[in-house]
Amino acid sequence: MIKFVLILTKQGQTRLSHYYMPIELTERPTLEADVIRRILARAPGQCSFLDYEDYKIVYRRYLALYFIIGIDDDENEVATLELIHLIVETIDKYIPKVTDLDLMYNVEKMHMILDEMIMNGRVVETCKNKILAPIQLMDSQR
Amino acid sequence: MSVLQALEEKVSKLSKMPAPIRLKDLIRNIRAARTAADERSVVQKELAQIRDLFRDEDSVYRCRNVAKVLYIHMLGYAAHFGQLECLKLIASPRFTDKRIGYLGATLLLDERHDVHLLMTNSMKNDMNHNTQYVVGLSLSCLGSICSPEMSRDLAGEVEKLLKTSNAYIKKKAALCAVRITRKVPELMEMFIPSVRSLLNDKNHGVQLTAVCLVHEMCERSPDTLLHFRKLVPNLVRILKNLIMSGYSPEHDVSGVSDPFLQVKVLQLLRVLGRKDPDASEAMNDILAQVATNTETSKNVGNAILYETVLTIMDINSESGLRVLAVNILGRFLLNNDKNIRYVALNTLLKTVQADMNAVQRHRSTILDCLKDSDISIKKRSVELCFALINASNVRTMVKELIFFLDKADPEFKSYTSSNIFTACDRYSPNKRWHIDTMMRVLTAAGNYVPDDSVSSLIQMISETGSLQAYIVQQLYKALKDDISQQPLAQVSLWCIGEFGDMLVAGVVDEEEPIQVSEDDILDLGESLMNATSSSQVTKEYALLAMVKLSARFSPQSLERIKKIVIPYSQSMDMELQQRSVEFGALINTYNHMRAGLLERMPPMEKKDTDKVNNGELTDEQLESREISIPSTQNESKGLLDILGDGDFTAPVNNQPNKSEPMSSGGELLDLLGGLDLSAPPTVAPTIQPMGAPLNSVPNLMDGLDALQPMTTTTTATMNLMNQNTDLLGGLTNNIGAPSIPPIMAVDKDGLKVEFNFEKEGSAPHVVNITLKATNSTTNPFSSFIFQAAVPKTFQLQLMSPSGDLVPPNNSGAITQLIKVANPQNANLRMRYKFSYSTGGSTVSDQGEVNTFPANMFT
Repeated sequence: MIKFVLILTKQGQTRLSHYYMPIELTERPTLEADVIRRILARAPGQCSFLDYEDYKIVYRRYLALYFIIGIDDDENEVATLELIHLIVETIDKYIPKVTDLDLMYNVEKMHMILDEMIMNGRVVETCKNKILAPIQLMDSQR
Repeated sequence: MSVLQALEEKVSKLSKMPAPIRLKDLIRNIRAARTAADERSVVQKELAQIRDLFRDEDSVYRCRNVAKVLYIHMLGYAAHFGQLECLKLIASPRFTDKRIGYLGATLLLDERHDVHLLMTNSMKNDMNHNTQYVVGLSLSCLGSICSPEMSRDLAGEVEKLLKTSNAYIKKKAALCAVRITRKVPELMEMFIPSVRSLLNDKNHGVQLTAVCLVHEMCERSPDTLLHFRKLVPNLVRILKNLIMSGYSPEHDVSGVSDPFLQVKVLQLLRVLGRKDPDASEAMNDILAQVATNTETSKNVGNAILYETVLTIMDINSESGLRVLAVNILGRFLLNNDKNIRYVALNTLLKTVQADMNAVQRHRSTILDCLKDSDISIKKRSVELCFALINASNVRTMVKELIFFLDKADPEFKSYTSSNIFTACDRYSPNKRWHIDTMMRVLTAAGNYVPDDSVSSLIQMISETGSLQAYIVQQLYKALKDDISQQPLAQVSLWCIGEFGDMLVAGVVDEEEPIQVSEDDILDLGESLMNATSSSQVTKEYALLAMVKLSARFSPQSLERIKKIVIPYSQSMDMELQQRSVEFGALINTYNHMRAGLLERMPPMEKKDTDKVNNGELTDEQLESREISIPSTQNESKGLLDILGDGDFTAPVNNQPNKSEPMSSGGELLDLLGGLDLSAPPTVAPTIQPMGAPLNSVPNLMDGLDALQPMTTTTTATMNLMNQNTDLLGGLTNNIGAPSIPPIMAVDKDGLKVEFNFEKEGSAPHVVNITLKATNSTTNPFSSFIFQAAVPKTFQLQLMSPSGDLVPPNNSGAITQLIKVANPQNANLRMRYKFSYSTGGSTVSDQGEVNTFPANMFT
């Protein structure tokens, strides 16, 4: 089960955070700061998997952003890495040549895309067309 | 409406505040803030404005305001007041309002807040909405945050939606069902009927979520697991379609069609196939197919292969498949990608207990991984290396591990050093190598060596009489180089104290003796006492060593020793002061007793080296033992049978790699599973191990122990020193006319085994049975082994037999002592198993003895 999805910058600012586990609002910034600190401490060639408290963190860097997914023991780490890539590709399909500024200004759309892909910690849809269909429909209605 | 009223309205509208800024602009403003204080002020101003607007009940811009609240909440500011607004948005008819409302509800609310219950009604209405997207929205929200009460209310709706034909809704409803199942397990039965049709759906999204749902249900309740085992053919078919079907643009990821579904199906197959031979049978083909057909050049393929390997390892797969899996892992290990190597090491760690021989092939690659710079990989490969050590490769492995220890981080040092000690304990080929390795570890690991290893090393040194001169010389040399390492200093000081005379005499057989004078040693001792790096314990050791030397060295050194020891009687440290005063008294007043008191210590009893003390065993029972090993794996299984309870699984965890404390049961298994094969073969009547594979021995003992935690089977004691324990002492006491009639336990094919009884004088419920085995045939019986087991309420001790050859024609006998304790005064039954070889063939048999006399224990 996926515990959380985070998109953080190299400076530690949160661009997007979505938690699938009950966690106090006050603890969230602490968690994010801790995670990014450990990730920044690693060299580029090292493993993308990290052990953190009782779950595993899978991360990948795209330009200046870190896409981070926290999973527990029964998820396949390598498949989660693929999921991160799928998320990035879907966002790229929605906003062609997306940059991190685009991500920041459209954060509510990013949330919606993420909602279409992951629900309650499990993957619900992996076909990019189907994921983007409701979002694009909503945009066309505005 | 009159003109006046209309005018008033227009005026009031104009005087209202301007429209609130869009989310984009807010973000831009926040980014423009240069300092944290700046940003805080921008945010607070905006929050205040939003709060006002909410109070005004402005429905037009509510959605925009809530979006801003959500963004600000994500940055970390408290934004709880937005929760109620989200509810209002959800109730609104506009889609954009609903979207933001549900998003806000998912982010800001969870089941701990009571507010969420207010959403239930809106959600119910939305689930019956015409537009699929609205239905989808409410399902998502329900799936993310519902509480048990909400689940109960809305479960019916969800179940209805599971049956619609709309794939978009079905998949979301399935995941809702997952959450409902988790929150309220009783509702699980509602969803079971629809599962099969969900799985057969063409839409991959629906299949994916259906697999999730089945997985969750199987984990919650074992009955559903049995029920869903029937689905295995369906799942196999899905997988087959995925692999066989050509390129499908919708679900393709780098050439593999829908890897996510493949991985999830494999996961579910793992859960269904565990411990079930039929289901595993059905899966074997498809697993082999997936394993061979998936291409491994991309990460995607590796993800699928990883999942396949995990599944193969967990189910009862056939051996060919297991070999395939280990080969795949081996290929992963050679992959350049660090992630894949990490994953491979992780999985190998899980499988090494089941399948050690296969993993041994990759040992060299694993040793290479030790040198990797990545800490995750290093950690995994260290654990794996310890799991792989066995008697044949122990030298090379330990050599590599010591290199690793030299360069390791502190957190690794203590783990590695304690494990090296355990490994050496079990597998070292000879004492000399053992001692050498220990010393090397002490110098490499420095102060991180765990404390009990100091005492176990001292104990070992005291046992090996022949090497003491060599040891003390090596330790002296090492200590001279570096006095700051505490464990090394402590061990060296003890040895110098005990064997200082050997050091001065300079007689060592294998190495070049070095010239050490008494003064040199005393110099070293003094520097150690004065060094700031020495801990208090080390100083205590040093004081004691100095005093011992006073008995060993020539009288001239006595003055010097006095000068070193006495000043500490004014030391601020209580321990040192006490010691110094006592030793001073010993030297001055009680000089006549000094020599006797400070004699060389006798070899110490070996104590349990494992970390967790098993309270059940006393020290007497913790003698190093050698156990008669059956020659084949089958025989050990036979013995397991003889103990009666056939349905237990022999615990497989018998590798010396665990430094974490185990449960006491596991500790016991390890204790008896760890053979002390390194001790020199001394005492004669021991039954030689017949070249059995190492694995079979722990299994045998594990088997015995799993059933009878209190039974110990001690046979030959390896060290003469252990002879003076109560057990064997008790043996000599029991000479007397037996008051209980003897019985004939076995009488078969010329072998007669007679049991003679003697009561233990001190303990009324303990009886010594002397077993006498005679052979009436013309061929001698060689390699005669007799094993016995009793019910749980008894305690059994089997001593070493007098020999293993039963001469023919009743010309002699083998005797063996069996002690049985009966604390609960029950009737004794004994199961036995014996084997011997005669005339070139092996005979073995087992049976039960019920004919014990009733007055045995009274």
